[in-house]
Amino acid sequence: MSDAAALDAPRAAPTAETLLRVQNLSVHFPIHKGLLRRQVGAVQAVDEVSFDVLKGETLGLVGESGCGKSTTGRAILRLTPITQGRVILDGEDITHIEGETLRQRRRKMQMIFQDPQASLNPRMNVSGIISEPLVEHRSLSRKQMQERVYELMDAVGLRRSFANRYPHEFSGGQRQRIGIARALALDPGFIVCDEPIAALDVSIQAQVVNLLEELQQRLGLTYLFISHDLSMVRHMATRVAVMYLGRMVELAPREKLYSVPRHPYTQALLSAVPEPDPRREATRQRIILTGDVPSPANPPSGCRFRTRCPHAFDRCAVETPAFRKLSDGHFAACHLSE
Amino acid sequence: MPLADGAPATAQQTNGVDDAPVLEVEGLETVFDTRDGAVHAVNGVSFHLRPGELLGVVGESGSGKSVTMMSALQLLPSPPARRTGGMVRFRGQDVDAMTPKAMRRLRGGEIGFVFQDPMTSLNPVFTVGFQIMEPLRKHLRLSKPEARKRAAELLAMVGIPSPEARLNDYPHQFSGGMRQRVMIAIALACEPGVVIADEPTTALDVTIQAQIIELVKDLRQRLGAAIVWITHDLGVIAGIADRVAVMYAGRIVEEGPVLEIFEDPRHPYTRALLETMPHLEGDRPQRLRTIPGQPPVLMETPVACSFAPRCPHAFDKCLAADPRLEPCGAAGHRVACWWTPPEAETEVPA
Repeated sequence: MSDAAALDAPRAAPTAETLLRVQNLSVHFPIHKGLLRRQVGAVQAVDEVSFDVLKGETLGLVGESGCGKSTTGRAILRLTPITQGRVILDGEDITHIEGETLRQRRRKMQMIFQDPQASLNPRMNVSGIISEPLVEHRSLSRKQMQERVYELMDAVGLRRSFANRYPHEFSGGQRQRIGIARALALDPGFIVCDEPIAALDVSIQAQVVNLLEELQQRLGLTYLFISHDLSMVRHMATRVAVMYLGRMVELAPREKLYSVPRHPYTQALLSAVPEPDPRREATRQRIILTGDVPSPANPPSGCRFRTRCPHAFDRCAVETPAFRKLSDGHFAACHLSE
Repeated sequence: MPLADGAPATAQQTNGVDDAPVLEVEGLETVFDTRDGAVHAVNGVSFHLRPGELLGVVGESGSGKSVTMMSALQLLPSPPARRTGGMVRFRGQDVDAMTPKAMRRLRGGEIGFVFQDPMTSLNPVFTVGFQIMEPLRKHLRLSKPEARKRAAELLAMVGIPSPEARLNDYPHQFSGGMRQRVMIAIALACEPGVVIADEPTTALDVTIQAQIIELVKDLRQRLGAAIVWITHDLGVIAGIADRVAVMYAGRIVEEGPVLEIFEDPRHPYTRALLETMPHLEGDRPQRLRTIPGQPPVLMETPVACSFAPRCPHAFDKCLAADPRLEPCGAAGHRVACWWTPPEAETEVPA
């Protein structure tokens, strides 16, 4: 992808302020082999991904397992080494900052994890978990700390009397609330939500999603909402980005993406989602993709989707389609959408 | 049985003659003995499965949907599990009275299983071929070459390319979707009358899930096995089931033909579940509807409606008496609820 195209990348509304800019981001994990552990290749988990996140919006990032959506989120927060490209948060290039500078910036960007069971320390009580970022980053008196913890617990709908309980005493939905309170502790502007509802039951999912939306409105948060649940992303997101095998294949405002998907992968993905409506399901024409997702260690040449694409032709194998803006405001990487 | 227009006809459409249920469960009760006391996981579940039909069982985690099936076929380790009541019949025969030998013939032979996680339910140290041949050799007493030939046919049937060569591969050499196809091949190996599929597509990506659902629809038409499809995903159920049973707190709270359940849900829990789900098309609500609270911890046998504490329509009767599954609305539609939806009040129950 040319630099010009990347710089022009997903700037949806020129009026809105850009909070996060990701340029040509690549994250490759080396594969070592043999006695000398020589590098023999790389898993291209994220490859040349560019997008912007606007202040106050929710950018939905969707795709199937292994497409690189979580790695993208982690790379933005500098939780995983970046191979190439730039991450600019609030006008500051944070791609290469280290040590104390990085620690300082962590206040501005936080994460909500998928599994509230695994991401909470079982030996710490709720108050300890929520106050940990405060201990690390703020110098508050014991009383101020306690006050702030209660404030956060109120904000996420946890009873104050739970402050001394341990994670195992809570249900999945409540644990996720603890994780959210911890992410909010330092007043971050930007939160990466990595599959925050995937481990929850349907009736609990709605509670957590409503909470996230309410907090966003009240605190002016910006979300990168990573999910494989396309229906929930349609509910949450302002704009939606679709990834496949490490590349971004489409990005568009929510309604446009769902009503007129331009990339064949987005089309297949949307048509594969089962809808709770038996009449529609009975008449619905599905695009059934053949085969499996290829290995990111050895991705297909040209367009990475071509091995499963129902519309692939010669050019797709030789030329990588650029991720560019189409006339209708979509960004897509497909030779057919020119 | 009323089906959606254009829905695939099942192999043995219910026309009276072959309509005797293949599997009947009546008043099943199961508890787990734990250190904190007995957990009442299944509290009087009754259902039947007719030949060739697909019964969707939906519910959230802990609602007892898997445990019901496992308990019915004596697949739960005891202790901690303990059957405290109920009867299970397979083709009219009392399953509980069967000898262990007869039980073994039933499971894996006449009843096939597909589990959620194909990685943990396939044995990693045996080839896929060996694992498909195992039921064929044990149940159908086929010779090795015969079993091998049949195994290759089965792999071909579930859409695995170059089946003969792949018989020698181990489970880790297959992708998640392919492993689930292998599981389906094993389940169908002895041409069972009933297949129990426990969250068979939950661990799969949505495009792979679509492939597996297509495969199951196709196989149903060809083989005519009755299927119990356990899932938490109402979307999957809408596309594949003939009848649906909704479970909550170890009970079936509503049961009926798929169209009835989705278009005329009677139980407040079913209604709430359908309303909390966001959709791919149509209206986008500002806020999602939620179900307040959480499912109950089943430490004692429920004496009242288990959903009452979370139910927007609960009244004094709900807290005093336990509702039974009673017919309502269209034929075959049953609900366990004291409350009558306003739109149904004028009707006389069938």
